[in-house]
Amino acid sequence: MPSKLSLHAALISILIFAIFLGAWQLATQPKESSALAGADAEYAALMGKGAEKTDGFPPPVKVARAFVEYLSDPFYDKGPNDKGIGIQLAHSLGRVGLGFLLAVVVALPLGFAIGMSPLLFRAFNPFIQVLKPISPLAWMPLALYSLKDSSISGIFVIFICSIWPMLINTAFGVASVRRDWINVARTLEVNPLRKAFLVILPAAAPTILTGMRISMGIAWLVIVAAEMLVGGTGIGYFVWNEWNNLALPNVIFAVVMIGLVGMVLDMFFGWLQKLVTYRE
Amino acid sequence: MSLNNPFDPNVILHSGCSCGQHGSQAEHELEETEALNRRVIETTVMRALFPQDAERRRFLSTVGASTAWAAISSLIPFGALEAMAQEKGSLEKKDLKIGFIPITCASPLIMAEPLGFYKKEGLNVSMMKTAGWALIRDKVLNKEYDASHMLAPMPLAISMGVGSNASPTSVMTIQNINGQAIVLAPKHKNNRDPKNWKGFKFAIPFEFSIHNMLLRYYLAEHGINPDTDVQLRVVPPPEMVANLRAGNIDGFLGPDPVNQRAVYDEVGFIHILSREIWDGHPCCSFAIPAEFIKQNPNTFAALYRSILKAAAMARDPKNRSIMAEVLAPANYLNQPKAVLEQVLTGKFADGLGNVKNVPERVDYDPFPWYSMAYWILSQMKRWGYIKGEVKYKDIAEKVYLLTDARKYMTEVGMTPPKESMKKFKVMGKEFDPLKADAYVDSFAIKKV
Repeated sequence: MPSKLSLHAALISILIFAIFLGAWQLATQPKESSALAGADAEYAALMGKGAEKTDGFPPPVKVARAFVEYLSDPFYDKGPNDKGIGIQLAHSLGRVGLGFLLAVVVALPLGFAIGMSPLLFRAFNPFIQVLKPISPLAWMPLALYSLKDSSISGIFVIFICSIWPMLINTAFGVASVRRDWINVARTLEVNPLRKAFLVILPAAAPTILTGMRISMGIAWLVIVAAEMLVGGTGIGYFVWNEWNNLALPNVIFAVVMIGLVGMVLDMFFGWLQKLVTYRE
Repeated sequence: MSLNNPFDPNVILHSGCSCGQHGSQAEHELEETEALNRRVIETTVMRALFPQDAERRRFLSTVGASTAWAAISSLIPFGALEAMAQEKGSLEKKDLKIGFIPITCASPLIMAEPLGFYKKEGLNVSMMKTAGWALIRDKVLNKEYDASHMLAPMPLAISMGVGSNASPTSVMTIQNINGQAIVLAPKHKNNRDPKNWKGFKFAIPFEFSIHNMLLRYYLAEHGINPDTDVQLRVVPPPEMVANLRAGNIDGFLGPDPVNQRAVYDEVGFIHILSREIWDGHPCCSFAIPAEFIKQNPNTFAALYRSILKAAAMARDPKNRSIMAEVLAPANYLNQPKAVLEQVLTGKFADGLGNVKNVPERVDYDPFPWYSMAYWILSQMKRWGYIKGEVKYKDIAEKVYLLTDARKYMTEVGMTPPKESMKKFKVMGKEFDPLKADAYVDSFAIKKV
């Protein structure tokens, strides 16, 4: 009974969340600070005693207040350094989208070529193996110096990090199309272009999309770090700006938003993957 | 310009102007207009002062035209009148991007925006908050920013090509003097003697920062070699408190409001204010690439006037509370107002249970003394950032725009100092800018 199963799963999920919130609340119970009780009133006032302050880890209520505050007005624009969460997310998504598209444009044809030709595969392999494990952020200083533009550098970093999984998966998917199908195509004297689009592409599509899904996941991980470095706009900048102010409720809010958007992106690619999957 | 006569054998064929001294006719006309403007103003003033022609002539012929000019211009700000008479349309570039780091040193250049000082000069300025000094340097070198908040030693380093490609960059004004502090973690409460600080980890905002120079100086005076006995780490100012809380560092010499924020969050205490090392030291500056000045002289002048006005405003103790309020929101410094107020008014909690009152904790004296540049260069030489002979005079006079500062300060009604250099004391030891090399040699701890 799948519906009963999912109902149970949902119940357990809610239970886990409730336990988590409860533990959080208990762990962040406001403590009575007695250290400064004897000190004079003026000093206490200067230290912000009595006023609401950001010390310690925030309790869930404070974080919830941050959620309400930011989500109730997601598109405000109070100057170049203070924009609503919706605008920040749009900036980040725009950068990721552009970098990712560029990577698709390069990785798919190249992966196809590498996958079809064992010679090219061997020739390219050493480069891919060396470049793949480089942390995308390590490219940042080089990109900033040579591209001379911080937002293009951000896009470049997304490009360079999302290209490898796509390239490798495309090559692998293309290379491992069943020989029978290729042979049938050959028997029927299908021309190479038709063979590529009608036989190999559909056969390799699930693997290619797995590569894209991994790439998108990595790109979304990297954009936050990249924006914390370069600043200006985006969800990463938002985290950095709130970190400056040690405003942890806002940072937690941003972290949850990053998670949610990442999940939606992943679900989208999961859905695409299902579309192209075939049953044998 | 009328159509040229096609049958004229002597027609001017090159694309320059009619007098031949300018690149184009437009430039020629611009200069003529400016000269005309000046003439009109001067004539008006002279006629107002000496309504009778005969009297004016007598005056001019007795004292001589240049003396008369000097005497009158000392009374009447011709420059300011001229600037007022000039149209806003002569600005070469109106939309400017100016970078800043969210610290109180940047107060004047930030305040100029909400106060409308940029607008009044016809400039449309976007203030861009930036994550660190290295990024500020790169964005200025990449021309993403037209001008920027920089640490006072940075333009010297960039102009010399130390730590980056050489790219002439000028200091228009000093942003602030004093306003920094050494902050230590509370666990060092009973360890206030720097002699026992071997093995400490300190954060500084940037290699080419006055913070680095002052901390090194302070440690060395107490017998600690900053290169071998302690670790100095570059940490962007906003991240210093988080690092101190996490225990990654024992302390830092940082800018405000970071120092006060550490106290406010009970993760540190103020050991000393930087004015106890050198009272009146420069900290940050307002820097602009030399190329920008050349290409946009009028915009440069407008920018100069707006930041000088802002500096004059920021100097006034009466304005400090309001400044704290304006600077607090997320678009600018993103700090609690209570913290900023303590920094700006100088009445603060030191983190050890005392309330201190130091109104001169931070000040905003914009005048870029050459002697400041000399001292910074002497320390850069002392710690091995620059090798070989240092041409103090050449570099200081090229980078620190003291003459321009004096001119525009007069224009906006401030009174700039007459001299360009002064002697001062750093921790009781006198620095004579004319004997900078001997000064470097006199230190026991150095890395030359």
